[in-house]
This record gives sequence, structure tokens and C-alpha cells, in this order.
Amino acid sequence: MIRLLHAAALALLLSQAPAALAQQVTAPHATGPVRTNAPLPGQQGESIAVQADSDRARAVEAANRSAAEHEHAAAAAADAGGMPQLDFGNPLMISQVVWLFVIFGLLVFLTYQFLLPPVAGVIENRRARIAADLDAARDARAEAEAAEAGRRDSTARARAEAQASVAAAAQAAQAESAARAEALAARLDKQIAEAETRIGSARDAAMGALREVATDATNALVQRLSGLSDGAAVSAAVDRELAARNLKTAG
Amino acid sequence: MAAEGKTIDALSQFELIPVLGPVGRAVGFSQSNAHMLLAVGLISALMLFGIRKRALVPGRFQAAAEMFYEFIENLVTGQVGHEGRKYFPFVFALFMFVLFGNLIGLFPYAFTYTSHIAVTLGLAATVFLVTTIVALVLHGKKFFGYFFPEGAPLWLAPIIVPVEVVSYLSRPVSLSVRLFANMVAGHVLLKVFATFVVLLGGLGAIGPVASLLPLSVNVLLVGFEILVAFLQAYVFAILTCIYLHDAVHLH
Repeated sequence: MIRLLHAAALALLLSQAPAALAQQVTAPHATGPVRTNAPLPGQQGESIAVQADSDRARAVEAANRSAAEHEHAAAAAADAGGMPQLDFGNPLMISQVVWLFVIFGLLVFLTYQFLLPPVAGVIENRRARIAADLDAARDARAEAEAAEAGRRDSTARARAEAQASVAAAAQAAQAESAARAEALAARLDKQIAEAETRIGSARDAAMGALREVATDATNALVQRLSGLSDGAAVSAAVDRELAARNLKTAG
Repeated sequence: MAAEGKTIDALSQFELIPVLGPVGRAVGFSQSNAHMLLAVGLISALMLFGIRKRALVPGRFQAAAEMFYEFIENLVTGQVGHEGRKYFPFVFALFMFVLFGNLIGLFPYAFTYTSHIAVTLGLAATVFLVTTIVALVLHGKKFFGYFFPEGAPLWLAPIIVPVEVVSYLSRPVSLSVRLFANMVAGHVLLKVFATFVVLLGGLGAIGPVASLLPLSVNVLLVGFEILVAFLQAYVFAILTCIYLHDAVHLH
């Protein structure tokens, strides 16, 4: 709706523009000095009107000479329904533009010299500060990550060490028990061997006694049966028999 | 002044009146120029006062100053590229001068210098001259190739070249008329509805009630005019940037 209003206002202004231009065209006539006061031929009947016109022109001219010429010209323009902005006969219009260039030039100069450099400095300073802070934060994070990695390393190393020492202890215990078992086995073997030796010697002794007993018994049997007493033959026969039965004699 | 008798006088607000007494009258210093000086003063005050602490964390005024700075900087570097960095203060001065002219004009009893075609045309002519001089300095004779795009068939030159020249020369006209027409339309509308408020207010018993309607329209219009003030300043600045882009890059 507001846009429509704007368009309507513009249309209103545009419809006034020709009037303003027309006023523009007549303005020098109305405000400028009028040199010919005599009525033109063919306008005799209207001489009074022309006279009135030139009177007005003279009055305006007088007004122009007065100090308040600008207001009068502007007021005349406004009374005529034109836009003051298009009243280029107004000397204030020219001076306004001249002053515009002076003042705008001043602003451009101020902007280049004084207004912008401090802002640029502040913004640059902040940018640098933020970058530095970001760098510091990045460094701190890297540091923390390094510390974390170190911690993880040392944990792993400690665990490995513990495992190694456990394994070593287990190995040592195993070795010790094995050694002890070996020693025990060796002692038992020795005892067994000793016992076997004793048994062997006891058997040998028993075997020796067996031969003696067998010889004695054979001698006694032979003597009783045949009355002969051939000790050597009996002994040889006993030996043969014993050998035949694979009985070792204690020799 | 708003309602003389029963007429609506929407245009007398644009009249130029000399200020500063006889001195101002002698040098043609009108209220329009006084408002220009006021704008330059306010711009300088905002930029210098706002930035005086050079705080890392900006306060209210510093944030405003930095906002304007970065807004225009992004506009210039976005449109022209980094080669355009050296024209940034000029565009900044232009934008702030137009913006403050538009905004100051919205205060009661204030004058809107951007509602004068002579002023806007003066600014647009400055932009035109600056862009043309930049193009001539940067590209020399090659600048005239701008009016005939490369690769176009030669027999089209009689058509293309005049069209391009006319479109180039019409830039300051469209640039100035756009700002001028927008500001005039807005202020005429405000004045018309303000006059309605006064006229309807004099209608006896129902007057105060009836005048509420144009009053509320005017409240809406003021909001709209604030938007237009920013928008037109922005349009002026961005078109300047586009012309600068053409001057720096030639298409």
C-alpha cells in the first residue's frame, strides 16, 4: 500500500513537472529586468494588462535588488506551483552546488585522512588478537594431545613391564620347581640305584650260597646214594646245571 | 506553513533559504548547505567519538562505526575486488553523506538536501567524473573499447556504439533522479498527510478522531522513509561500486 502511495506521489510530481518547466521558461521574464515598457503593436487593446505586467516586472526587479531577493524568487516559484528544486533561476541553486562540492570534498578529505584509519587499526588489531588467541589455543591443544600421547605411552610401557615381570616370575618359579623335581628324581634314582646294588649284591650273595648249598646237597646225595665223594665233578656238574638254568654264580 | 488557508502546500519545504545572516546571504549559504555541514559533523563525530577508546570489544558507538566501515568495505571489495580498496574511502564518504542527508531530513524542521536534484546530480556527476577518470588513468585509450564489446560484428558498431555511449552518459542522470525522486516523493507524502491531520483536526467534534487516520499513516510512512533512507543510500553506494568495477575491469 505504501508503495502505491509512493507511486501516486511520483505521478503527482511528474504531472507538475511541465508546469514547473513552463514556470522555468517564464521565470526570467517575470524576475529579470524588462527593457521594453512600450506595448507591442497588435496588443493595443491589452495595453493595460501589459502595463500591469511590466509594473509587476519592475516591482520584481526592485525586489531583486533588495537583500531578500532569494526568498522572493523562491516564494514566486512556489506560488506558481513549481518545484523549488527545478527553479534554476534561483542563485541559491548554484551556490548550493558549489557549497556541496566544498563540503563533500571536505568529507572525502576527512574520510581519507582521519575517519577511517583508526577504524581500520582497531579492526586489524582485533583480527590479529583473535588470530593470536586461536594460535595459542591450537598450541595448547597440541600440547594436551602430546601429553595424552605420553600418558598413553607410559601406561602401555608400565603394562608391558608388569607383564614381563609376571612372566619372568612365573618362569623363575617354574624353573625352580623343575629343578627341585629334577633334584628329587636324581636323589630317588640314586636311592633306587643303591637299592638295586644292594639287591644285586644280596642276590649274588644268595646265588653264591645257592651254589654252595647245591654242591653240598649234591655231595651229600651222591655220597649217600653211591658212596662216592668226587668234589670236583660235583662242583663242575653243579656249575653246568646252573649255567644251563642261566643262573649266574657268584664267582 | 503546512496549511495556508485550505490548500496543501507540499513543496515549500524544498525552498532554499539563506542562513547565517548577511554573511550567509553574501556567499549564498543556504539551509541546505548548513545541513550538509551538520551531516559531515555528525559523520565525523560518529567515527571519531565511536572509535576513541579503540576497544577490543566494541561499545555501542564503536560497533556502529565499525558496522558502517565493514559494510561499505565488503560492498567495495565484493563489487570491485581488491583493486577497489583504494576507492573505499570515497564510497564510504558518499554513502554516509547520502545516508545522513536522508536521515537528517526526517527530523521535523530539518531540510533534506538529497531532495534537490542539483545536489544529487552534483554527487552523481562526481561519481561519473571519478569513474571515468579512473578508467582513463588505468586503461588509457583502451577505455574507449568499453563502448564496443569485443567479438561483436563490426557492422553492428553504428548501433552498438551510440547505445553504449548513451547508456554510459545516462548513468549520472538515473543515479541522481532515483535518489531525488525517492526523497521528494517521501517528503511530499509526509507533508500531505500531515496537512490532512491539521485539516481534519479542525473539523469540530469528530476532528480529533478523524485525524487519527492520516496520523497513523504518517507514522507508518516515517518508518517506511527510514527504510528508504537506508535503501537509497545503499543503492547509491552499490551503483557507484558497480561503475567503479566497470572502470577498473572494463566489463
